[in-house]
Parts: sequence; structure tokens; C-alpha cells
Amino acid sequence: MSEFDQELDARGLNCPLPILRAKKALNGLSGGQILKIVATDPGSVKDFEAFANQTGNELLESSEQNGEFHFKLKKSA
Amino acid sequence: MTEKKLTIIATKGTLDWAYPPFILASTAAALGYQTTIFFTFYGLQLLRRDLNLKVSPLGNPGMPMPMGMDKWFPVLGTTIPGMQAVMTSMMKRKIKSKGVASIDNLRSLCIDAEVRLIGCQMTIDLFDMKRSDFIDEIEIGGAATYFQYAGESDISLFI
Repeated sequence: MSEFDQELDARGLNCPLPILRAKKALNGLSGGQILKIVATDPGSVKDFEAFANQTGNELLESSEQNGEFHFKLKKSA
Repeated sequence: MTEKKLTIIATKGTLDWAYPPFILASTAAALGYQTTIFFTFYGLQLLRRDLNLKVSPLGNPGMPMPMGMDKWFPVLGTTIPGMQAVMTSMMKRKIKSKGVASIDNLRSLCIDAEVRLIGCQMTIDLFDMKRSDFIDEIEIGGAATYFQYAGESDISLFI
């Protein structure tokens, strides 16, 4: 269920930092590995969707938990 | 996916207007765009080694001011000496407290992401600037250099 290879804490960061940090973290992963991101920027919900659509990294999860936004990105092969 | 290309012309040298080019360029780079920013006129201030960007309420009726000052403050008030410094330090505090990146930080992220930064030669001559005023990571070029990249780009923005 809560399977991921790396977790990125993007709490308190505003646009475009959550995306930039996520991109950097993904660079360190290999294809198929999963990056979990926790953010507080409400704009990141749409932005991670758009990031996934444009980069081919799959957005496995996007959810809100206790006012925080959780994402899981699977790095494209 | 073939690599998309973005070029931006950055013409403004204030703290607020420093954001759009660097935010868009760093994000585009993260999305896989090959990105170029051409800095001309006041935009050159964004490439200085020592960034000292300011924001001014002067001639900017759209700028929100604290405590509703923009509602009742006379336009002339924005010309008071020191007002620019006050607004700049308030803006910097706000930037920090809202988790917005500093320009220095965004610029470094652009450099790390291999965004091409081009400084306008003519502007450097015009304002008697020196190459050593600017960070090492830039190229110097002119309008033709800009078009070399703009001509084959998918998106071009003038900021």
C-alpha cells in the first residue's frame, strides 16, 4: 500500500519548487521506482498532474490527507 | 517525445518581475524543454553576480500594499524617499514566509537545469557594464543569437 522508494518533503514550498525538487529526486531514481511527495501548496495538485502528463512519469496517487497533499510518481522507464 | 524548446526575453530588472522568467524557465526545464532566456535592457540586472533587486510601488497601482495603504495612500506617498526600501524588505519577508524561492535560488536551479542564459551585448555597452559584473554561467550575444534559438522554439515569451 504505502510502497515507495524515496520520500520528498515539499511542505511549505511554493510554486514551482515542489515540481523542481520532485524532478531532481526523480533524476536519482531508476525507471519504475516510485517517489512519494508530500506538499502543502494547493497548486501542486494540478501541477503534478500536468508534470506527469508532460514527462511520462506516471502519477499513481494524488490525495489530500489532513490538509497536506500526497503524490506518488512512478519514474518512466 | 521530441524535445520541446522555449525561449524567453527578459526585459525587466525589478524583484517582482524577476520571477516570471526564472519560474517559467526552471519549470520548463523540469518538464524537458530546452530553455533559453535572453536578457536585455533592465533584464541584465537579473544576471548580476550580486543581486540587489528592488520593488517599487511607484507607478504601480496594481501592487497590493500592507494595511490597505493602496486604498487611502496618496499616489504622492509612493514617492517618499525610503518607500522603495520599505516595500522591498516587506516583499522579501513575504517571499520567505510563503515558501517562495529567492531569485538567487531560482537562478541557480535554472543553471543546474542547463537553461541557457544570454546577456545582451548592446545593453552591456549602452550602460557601460562589465562582463565581470555578471555571473560566469552566461553567454553574451545579440539579437541574431536570440533568433538562432527562437527560430526553432515552440514557445517564445516576452517578459
